[in-house]
Amino acid sequence: MDTQWETYEVFHQTKRGDAHVHVGSVHAPDPQMALQLAKDQFARRLKCVSLWVVRTKDVTATDYQDDGFFAQSTDKSYRDPKAFESPEKAVDDEH
Amino acid sequence: MQEKTHEQKLAEFEARIARGEKIEPGDWMPDEYKKNLIRIISQHAHSEIVGQLPEGKWIPYAPGFRRKLTLIAKVQDEAGHGQLLYRAAETLGKSREEMMEELLTGKAKYANVFNYPTPTWADVGVIGWLVDTSAVINQTMLAQTSYGPYARAMKRICYEESFHIKQGYDAVATLARGIPAQRAMAQDAINRWWYPTLMMSGPPDKISVHTDQAMRWKIKTKTNEQVRQEFVDLIVPQIRALGFDVPDTNCYLDEATGHYHYTQPDWEELRRVVNGDGPCNAERLAVRRKVHEEGTWVREALAAKQSKTPKAA
Ligand SMILES: [Fe+2]
Ligand SMILES: [Fe+2]
Repeated sequence: MDTQWETYEVFHQTKRGDAHVHVGSVHAPDPQMALQLAKDQFARRLKCVSLWVVRTKDVTATDYQDDGFFAQSTDKSYRDPKAFESPEKAVDDEH
Repeated sequence: MQEKTHEQKLAEFEARIARGEKIEPGDWMPDEYKKNLIRIISQHAHSEIVGQLPEGKWIPYAPGFRRKLTLIAKVQDEAGHGQLLYRAAETLGKSREEMMEELLTGKAKYANVFNYPTPTWADVGVIGWLVDTSAVINQTMLAQTSYGPYARAMKRICYEESFHIKQGYDAVATLARGIPAQRAMAQDAINRWWYPTLMMSGPPDKISVHTDQAMRWKIKTKTNEQVRQEFVDLIVPQIRALGFDVPDTNCYLDEATGHYHYTQPDWEELRRVVNGDGPCNAERLAVRRKVHEEGTWVREALAAKQSKTPKAA
């Protein structure tokens, strides 16, 4: 009997307001069972308020080999708040 | 774009490891790195799975409800560790089915310690305390491994192992405060587990053919001897603090090195036990096969459920 099944990636949220964090994956015959197994595997001890499971094959990912994808060709400092004049500093300097 | 040569790829791979970066699935890696990892991770996974059995058989007889619940939780953790590790090995291209099959047919190797008997309740405590302490030292080292999925699994596992050690120590400490028969039972268990636990970290590195490459590519970051010494230095004072003896008359703190000197275990025994000829190898495999068979109806039920689930287009 084939029990290889598909794998599901598991995302765990520790408390409301937190992001769901990827914690690993489980083998399961369907999404409902994946949730059940994910609970047993990843939420049997630490606090958890929400779990997501996503079929591994439904994840579209970048390729580690393609390092050009994240290459920054130009100066991106204009996106950084530290690159600008600061009103707080102006107030501090005043005192 | 020009295809990179093998030498270029190898140089990039080694440079990445030298920088302390992790290797991830999908990265180019030398065949030997992959093979070595599959061997180490699958053996590790099998050890977790078989590791449930020596203690699991004590679940019906645990003294008291709290100890019973604790032991069930510990054994469940080990099952979970096995599954996490099978997943980590799968990222290298070997399927869980294949690995489970190798375990059931007796082809797979797993940690020597789980082939020794657990005749008394003290064995359960001593396994949690000694065997899991040794495992944690090894696994803390493996959490630094260069292969990302293995490192991630190890971090999660190490967290749970600290509970295993604590509950084991607690059980033995309770016996230590007990009547003479309880103390004697605990000492007897320590005597029997001492050398098998020392063997767990593997043979001296001169004899270990795999260590060289494993160190070069940071699959492991410590030698077997380093891991074993760390274990001895940590555990000897603990054993003595409870008023028990280390079953080695030649075990003493070497003032010059700051480390405990100890007698090496019988490496021939390790070879025999790992290759199938230990006191409980046959029993462990027989139980593993039996529970696998008894679980067939669960897998059938799940498989039936799968066939009813509409497939994603
Ligand atoms: Fe474990
Ligand atoms: Fe453990």
